[in-house]
Amino acid sequence: MTTATAESAATLAPQAYKSEYKPIWCPGCGDYSVLSAFTKAFAALGLKPEELVVVSGIGCSSRIPAYLTSYGFHGVHGRALAAATGLKLARPDLTVVVAGGDGDGYSIGGNHFLHACRRNVDLTYVVMDNHVYGMTKGQPSPTTEPDWVSKLSPAGTGVRVFHPLVIALAAGANFIARAFSGDPNGLAAILAEAIRAPGFSFVEVLSPCVTYRPEQREWKREVRPAPVGSTDDPARAARRILTDDGFNIGVLYRGNRRPYQPPIGKSTAGVADLEKGFER
Amino acid sequence: MSAKKAPAKAGAAPKGKARPPQLRVVKAARPSAAAVRTMNELMAYAYALELEASERYAEFAEAMAAHNNREVAELFRKLARIEHRHAEQVLEDMGWAEPPAPPSAGYRWEGPEGPETADVTALHYLMQPYHVLELALHNERRAHRFFTALAKAATTDRIRRAALGMAAEEAEHVRLIEDWMKRVPPPEPHWDLDPDPPRYAD
Repeated sequence: MTTATAESAATLAPQAYKSEYKPIWCPGCGDYSVLSAFTKAFAALGLKPEELVVVSGIGCSSRIPAYLTSYGFHGVHGRALAAATGLKLARPDLTVVVAGGDGDGYSIGGNHFLHACRRNVDLTYVVMDNHVYGMTKGQPSPTTEPDWVSKLSPAGTGVRVFHPLVIALAAGANFIARAFSGDPNGLAAILAEAIRAPGFSFVEVLSPCVTYRPEQREWKREVRPAPVGSTDDPARAARRILTDDGFNIGVLYRGNRRPYQPPIGKSTAGVADLEKGFER
Repeated sequence: MSAKKAPAKAGAAPKGKARPPQLRVVKAARPSAAAVRTMNELMAYAYALELEASERYAEFAEAMAAHNNREVAELFRKLARIEHRHAEQVLEDMGWAEPPAPPSAGYRWEGPEGPETADVTALHYLMQPYHVLELALHNERRAHRFFTALAKAATTDRIRRAALGMAAEEAEHVRLIEDWMKRVPPPEPHWDLDPDPPRYAD
């Protein structure tokens, strides 16, 4: 965990959000650009590092809190959203951003993902999706294509992929976007919008793993801006997300659900009372 | 304070939808040379182009240093310094004490980033100095094309002359890198073969 000086946020440049620790991702990894986009978004929003927390789970992308000057919490595998939810409810004054990968978020943490969307706590969840478990040497993840062949999946998985955006929509996320790490400026703009949007914001970032999925270098030729702007109609958003090829970039859905936040200063009698709040 | 806006009432449109300053989701990142109408705007583009290139090379240097490819890291560091100097030169030439504000609609490049900014996925941990120079050559050529296009689309003689001047500078950088490459051994075939690779998945 690192803290920053109480320097005026208005004077902070993106570089000021980078800690003294240098990333040790593979050269060419998309996560470098996500880190850069985080710092640009934080600077554009004028966030003070001491009022910002980045929470992560386990995996290559989950190293990101160490590389930032904000507060950070590098939690256990798949549990970043649970920790972040508790933090935000206890400290609603803080800006809480959650970061992780597709394995951490959709497999090990899949259940937390569903319920974080449903609860709609005021968090921003950024998933760096490279369709593979990179840190543990290239196993297929929930977003791996069924016919991707490797030594660890010699015949492919044969299993249909997890569709995080439409699942987030169905579960109740209030802001849904897809971005690309190869466009760090565009990604920074989307992240800033996601952080500003009330409620649970979900940003899926296509972030190539050049070590285990070198073919993902070609993503830069496949991504394109979404042909239409965002909608607040879940049915329309679902249709668009289900029928695109996974390479439309931009804000795809902006809902208007009220974020969950228990009344500050009121004691909660029990877990049942807390659950009532999620039923809105 | 949390950066999120105050919760909206149920059923009401959420507040705080205004985009933050200086960051824009570019819907169609195509060159818009005709949009450069003043010298200040042209030089703001030049500054942004050089600074972004410098930052990317510095990031590459850190990545290669972390992977103990010291020679390549040092070369990227050198390129970062050169590009940073070019950015400083723009400030000096314009008498700007502070970096210029970006155009109100954001920078519009040919791709998602400036033409002199190296592709984030272009690295390999075993890459050699020759590869770095190839990368730099590609970027300088793109920058040359960018300023040439700006000159062609310029609406005033002053902007045209300035853009041509910058195109000429980029052409000079292309020549310098081509000369530099003649002094650097090209990589052997299978330069990326690692007898103890960090991967075993295939």
